[in-house]
Amino acid sequence: MIRFSKVSKRYPTGTDAAVDEVSFHIGRGEFVFLTGHSGAGKTTILKLMFAEERPTSGEVRVSGFGIGGLRREEVPRLRRRLGIVFQDFRLLEARTAAENVAFALEVTGARADGIPARVARVLDQVGLAMKAEALPRELSGGEQQRVAIARALVNDPPVLLADEPTGNLDERATRGVFQLLCDINTAGTVVVMATHDLDLVRHANKRTLEMRDGRVVFDSASDATESW
Amino acid sequence: MNLITREALLSFRRTRTLSALSVTTIAFALFVTGLFGLVALNLRGALRQVAERVQVIAFIKRETPSQQITAAMSDIAVFPEVLSVQYVSETQALERAQRELTEFQDVYKDLEVNPLPPSIELSLKPEFRDARHAAAVADRLHGFEFVDEVKFGQDWVQRLDSLRDIAGLVGLAIGLAFALVSIVIIGVTIRITVLQREREIHIMRLVGATDWFVRGPFLVEGAIKGFLGGTVALLLCASVFAAFRAQRIGLGVGLRFFSPGEAFLLLLFGVLLGFGGSLVSVSRHLRHV
Repeated sequence: MIRFSKVSKRYPTGTDAAVDEVSFHIGRGEFVFLTGHSGAGKTTILKLMFAEERPTSGEVRVSGFGIGGLRREEVPRLRRRLGIVFQDFRLLEARTAAENVAFALEVTGARADGIPARVARVLDQVGLAMKAEALPRELSGGEQQRVAIARALVNDPPVLLADEPTGNLDERATRGVFQLLCDINTAGTVVVMATHDLDLVRHANKRTLEMRDGRVVFDSASDATESW
Repeated sequence: MNLITREALLSFRRTRTLSALSVTTIAFALFVTGLFGLVALNLRGALRQVAERVQVIAFIKRETPSQQITAAMSDIAVFPEVLSVQYVSETQALERAQRELTEFQDVYKDLEVNPLPPSIELSLKPEFRDARHAAAVADRLHGFEFVDEVKFGQDWVQRLDSLRDIAGLVGLAIGLAFALVSIVIIGVTIRITVLQREREIHIMRLVGATDWFVRGPFLVEGAIKGFLGGTVALLLCASVFAAFRAQRIGLGVGLRFFSPGEAFLLLLFGVLLGFGGSLVSVSRHLRHV
C-alpha cells in the first residue's frame, strides 16, 4: 500500500535533510506507529504520503500513486483514497459535526441523496450519533477528534494517516481515539499514526518505525520488511 | 441548490461585515468609473452636436443654368462623405442673412442689388465630419466649372479635430487609470476574503477537493459582489446625475444618463471585476497550498 524507496526530502531553507534515505514498506491491513522526537521527520513522512510535499530524491508510492511525479490535478484523486487526521482536528468551526463530515463527501462530488445516510453511519461508527448537530466548539477535544476521524473515514479510504491524533487529548480521550483507530484497522484500513506518546506505543504491540534526524533507526518489523 | 452556489451564499452570510466591505469598495470604485463614464459620454455628445455644424458650402457663379446645377447636385449627393445636399438661391441666402445676422439688418434692407451668390450646402455623414474629409470634398467641388469658391470653416474644423483627439486620449487614459485602480482595490478586498478563509481552503484540499471546486464558491461570490457593487454604483451615479440636472449644470447641451445597454455594461464590468479579482486572488493562493 505504501512504499518508500531511498526517499530524501530537503527543504529549501534547511541545511539538513528532513528525511534522509528512508526506505520501508507498509502492506495491507497494517497498523504502523511512526515515532521519534519533534523534528525527527515524522510529519514530513506523512506529508510525503499525502503529497503535501514531494520527495527531493527516491520514490514514494501510496495506493498506486507515485508521489514524485504526481501532477497537481491528480492530488485530489490521491487524497480521496486517503483519510487524514491531525492533532489540531482541522474542523470547520461554523459547521456542525454532520456538516463537517458531509463536506468531505460533497467536495468529491458524491450523490447528494446518499450523503445523509453515509454521514449517519460513520458518526455512529465513531460514537457521535447523538452529537451530529453540535458545532465543534460545543464538543470536547476527544469528540472533535472523533469528528475528524469520521470525516477521514467517510470516503472509505484504504489508508488512514494520523499525525499526532492524540497530542491534544487527555489520557481517557487518548485511549478512546486509539481504540477507534484500532477498530478501523481491524475493519481492513491501513493506519499510519505519528506519535511521540511512547507509553501508548509500548502498550499497543503494533509495528513501530522509529525516526531520528530524518532516518528510520528502528523498524519493529524489519524482518518482515526484508522478506517482502 | 448547486453546491458551489450554496457555499458562496453561506460564505456571504458567515462573513457579513467583510462581504459588506467588499461590496462597498467595489461600489465606490465603480461609482468613480461610472461618473467618469458619464462625463465622457456627455462630452462626446456635446462634441457630436458641434460636429453636426460641419458643412461644406460651394458658392456658385451667377447665371449658371439651373439644369446644370440640378445635374451636379445629383452627382454630389452620391459622394460617399455626403449626407445631404441643399441648394440655396440668392434670394434664400439674403433672407437667411437678414434673419440670422440681425446686427446687419439695416445694411441688407438698403441693398439695391443682392450681393450674396447662390450656393450648394453639403452636410457630411458623422464619420466624415473632420478637416481631412471636408477638404477632400471641397477639392472635388472645385472640379465643377460653375463653382466659384468652396468654404468649410477649415480653422474651426481643425480645432474641433484636435479637441476630439485630446478628449479621446484623456478619456482613454483616465478611464484606464480608474479601471486599473478598481481592479487593484477589488483584488485586495477579495484577497482579504481568501486569506480569511485560508483554513477552509486548506481543509477542502486535504479532503480531496479539486482546485476548481475550491475556486468555484469564490468566483460565484466575487461575481455576486461585483453585481451588487455595480448596482449600488449605478444608483449613486443616478443620484449625482439627478442633482446635476436639478442644478442645471451642463455644457450648453442636454445632459443624458446611461442608456439601458450602457448601464448593463457597467454592471457587467462589476461582475467581471468581481469574478476576475476572485480568480486571480484564489488561484495565487492555491499555488501555495
